[in-house]
Amino acid sequence: MSVLDTTPDTMPAGPEIKPKLSRDDIIMRGGMIVIALYLLITLAFPLWAMLSKSFSTYQFDLSQYEFQISDDAGVFDGAILTGTELNARTKVYDTSDLAGSSDSRLGVTKFFPDFSFRSPVHYKIRNSVEGGRFLVGSKLYNTLDWLELDSNNFRRVQLRPVKSTGISNFVSYFSTPALFNSIKNSLLIAAISTVITVSLAFWFAYALNRSCMRFKGVFRLIAMMPILVPSLLPGIALVYLFGNQGMLKGLLFGASIYGPIGIVIGSVFFTFPHAFLIISTALAISDSRLYEAATSLRSTPWRTFWTVTVPGARYGLISATFVVFNLVITDFGLPKVIGGQFNVLAVDIYKQVIGQQNFEMGAVVSVVLVIPAILAFAIDRIVQSKQVALLSARSVPYAPSPNTRTDRIFLVYSSLVALFIVGLLAVCQFAALVKFWPYDLSLSLNNYQFDKMDGGGWGSYFNSIELALLTAVIGTSVVFFGAYLVEKTNGFRVGRSLFQMFAMLPMAIPGMVLGLAYIFFFNSPSNPLNFIYGTMAILVICTVTHFYTVSHLTAVTALKQMDREFEAVASSLKQPTMKLFARVTVPVCLPAILDISIYLFVNAMTTVSAVVFLYSPKTTLASIAVLNMDDAGDIAPAAAMGMMIFYTNAAARILHLFASKGILKRTQAWRTR
Amino acid sequence: MKYTRTFLASLAASVLLAAPVAAETELTVYTAVEAEDLKRYAEKFNESNPDIKINWVRDSTGIITAKLLAERDNPQADAIWGLAATSLLLLKSEGMLEPYAPAGVDKLDKKFVDGDNPPAWVGMDAWVASVCYNTVEAEKAGLKPPTSWKDLTDPMYAGHVIMPNPNSSGTGFLDVSSWLQMFGEEGGWEYMDALHENIARYTHSGSKPCKLAAAGEIPIGVSFAFRGAKSKAAGAPLEIIVPSEGVGWDMEASAIVAGTANAEAAQKLLDFSVTKEANEMYNTGYAVVAYPGVAKPVEHFPEGLLDAMIDNDFEFAANNRAAILKEWQSRYDGKSEAK
Repeated sequence: MSVLDTTPDTMPAGPEIKPKLSRDDIIMRGGMIVIALYLLITLAFPLWAMLSKSFSTYQFDLSQYEFQISDDAGVFDGAILTGTELNARTKVYDTSDLAGSSDSRLGVTKFFPDFSFRSPVHYKIRNSVEGGRFLVGSKLYNTLDWLELDSNNFRRVQLRPVKSTGISNFVSYFSTPALFNSIKNSLLIAAISTVITVSLAFWFAYALNRSCMRFKGVFRLIAMMPILVPSLLPGIALVYLFGNQGMLKGLLFGASIYGPIGIVIGSVFFTFPHAFLIISTALAISDSRLYEAATSLRSTPWRTFWTVTVPGARYGLISATFVVFNLVITDFGLPKVIGGQFNVLAVDIYKQVIGQQNFEMGAVVSVVLVIPAILAFAIDRIVQSKQVALLSARSVPYAPSPNTRTDRIFLVYSSLVALFIVGLLAVCQFAALVKFWPYDLSLSLNNYQFDKMDGGGWGSYFNSIELALLTAVIGTSVVFFGAYLVEKTNGFRVGRSLFQMFAMLPMAIPGMVLGLAYIFFFNSPSNPLNFIYGTMAILVICTVTHFYTVSHLTAVTALKQMDREFEAVASSLKQPTMKLFARVTVPVCLPAILDISIYLFVNAMTTVSAVVFLYSPKTTLASIAVLNMDDAGDIAPAAAMGMMIFYTNAAARILHLFASKGILKRTQAWRTR
Repeated sequence: MKYTRTFLASLAASVLLAAPVAAETELTVYTAVEAEDLKRYAEKFNESNPDIKINWVRDSTGIITAKLLAERDNPQADAIWGLAATSLLLLKSEGMLEPYAPAGVDKLDKKFVDGDNPPAWVGMDAWVASVCYNTVEAEKAGLKPPTSWKDLTDPMYAGHVIMPNPNSSGTGFLDVSSWLQMFGEEGGWEYMDALHENIARYTHSGSKPCKLAAAGEIPIGVSFAFRGAKSKAAGAPLEIIVPSEGVGWDMEASAIVAGTANAEAAQKLLDFSVTKEANEMYNTGYAVVAYPGVAKPVEHFPEGLLDAMIDNDFEFAANNRAAILKEWQSRYDGKSEAK
């Protein structure tokens, strides 16, 4: 039968031929799985732990308690009442009263309308099931034995909630105006800061790329300075400038710097370099022919600007917008220092966890904060994927021509922006050196005696350097090796695209959220990795994961420039891929590797949000010390420590510059051929 | 894998066993005492207990409390030496403290010892709320010094007062709980409603209002006396005012963590913490200590502070903490911006 059914002109499908996996392939895939596992453990699992925490609630379970009440002579008749029955009878607590936090307590005297603490009536109470808990005063009772109390002591009875799961945390979040107002506040300041920063950065980048003004190199350097300091440092400078004892207080016309104004100015400062870098890249490439066409069509410069320049830079502008928006909405240090009564989401997380020990609510706010962050990130990725090459082989690079008037305007503009950046840093340095602002303006180094302040003293500074070095070395190795495996492995498509997705995720996760998720995941006693909690290791892992995405993208870009033929040649010469990796790929990509390491170093020095929940007394960090000293009111020492971070990062940058020049001369000579 | 772990464990055990017999016990002690005082405390303790080595884990009150609660099922601490009594009550209600009556505890002021027998915790010293008043800035703004809490609600002080947020600061909470105790539940909230109108902002930490007052950033900071005295000694133009209605306070206390493997050493620590010499040691920073008759006046401390301390009901404070904070947050936290 089957023979007849087979159409004669096609061959029967033979067995699928699978190339045998070589040892190399196995190593590569193994490596990729190891790094994917790393991302799973350091990112996906903690986030999952956090999500489940946000649904972990505390509920008073009245059915767990039994009561007896005596007559006036103190004699019990043996009738037993459960809490549920009592509540059904008296209706004192409705469902929302029975939802609580881990710290909640519930009084029981309201169940007995005739209760008076002077009455001779006695009461008995017990837990009817294992796991029930109640207090008399602050003494805990968790056994099933009956406890007899006189009226005066019975009023001290407090029930304790039991753990359950549900959405009641979210319900209570959205029914507390003080909390969900923060959503509005966060979105508002992020939107305002984004508009201001992107506009400022656009014209600054325009001046640097499209004019012939002088001192471009200096301006470029200054624009990058804010990246070298923690985001909360501009807040400290603003206190000295516009606080009640501020040097320029009059400029605010009575408005207070503590609040949205301060957050916006500070956000503009710390996000400026990010926006500038992205827009500058977009403006740097442009086709001169379009401008020639515009001129020959007698378009006004204004019209040319809107029809040629802006559309050409639109992807950069969109990207900058979302990056800045994300940075502002997830930033925690700045609103904490200068936010005053203006609540934002990131600070709410801190307040819930550190102030109230309400971890569940902290997790809820985190989930809320992740939503706008992921949205902004997703939109950015979608827009980026639509981008097409602006430059073709026939393009003529645009070269600006001198124009005395506009060049002068741009010079003035750029100088003002530069003054803003340098000014804030200079104020911090000045504040750090003044003995006792504003009463004793003599200079001294008193504020550098960190050992007398909160925050861990000089030890925290050296811890920070250790963290930065470890992050740079370990992070660069993991990231670059991971990117190499993804980029150069053959086949295994599902694994590779999954890996790519994991690598992009950290960008969308705010640092605060990551830090909190790490508490939930690594501090759980049942986690075999529990031992790294409170060590330098967890700080390094957290920081590497937090800054994974940008490093990964840098590595991928560099690797894409290398032809895949290298791998083909190596395998035809029977050379192991790892040898190729060490002898060819790494040396060729050295500039990118150095860039990744300095990026990780600088960010590890300045990061606050991701590590604020994770440092231990032995691993205090300089950036956290800035926060804690400011918190304790030692603002001048906080400024001093902030500037130490700045100088360290600046020195690292300079070192990086010389190192890359030296190494590049040796390894990159082939490029100049 | 399993064998490796067993091997490592036995290796670790043999290392421990091989150590000299007179090996010192290591005691992990959680504390919120100021960093600069810790070394002094440990040295003094080692004079009488040379064989016990203290490993300090120090952070601010809120963070140490959060840490202890987070480690509820897997405690890392052996003992606590110097943490707010309200925090210790929270831990006690979780069943995390091991009751123990230190030798000589009967000599202490009853106010400073847990009511249970044996007590779950014993007090060391008290920190007391006060108002830091910057005379220079107040004069510039044309203010008269307040003498009572009620004075602070005078419209004259609008925007000139800073106090700590009770949601993040222990000092802020002791202020709020003392007002609720002094003025009654209703009166207390009414008072805070009025005070709220004058508050420039709420800070995260309890010492910051006084430091801000010392720096002239604000004329009046609601803080604690110890901080004010320190800033005054540093040369700030401060006056430390004790409001006439009475002031809230909290105490630093010590306790043994239930389930510790070093119970004996932890008991020795508690025995030491109630001695006269230990109390003399606390006295260098704190004007009020648990051992009667020990305290010598501390420089720059305001007069009449001791008499002004209210009869603080710690049980009330601890058991109503969650409810008070929730109420406070809904009244003042977001509302101040919605205006």
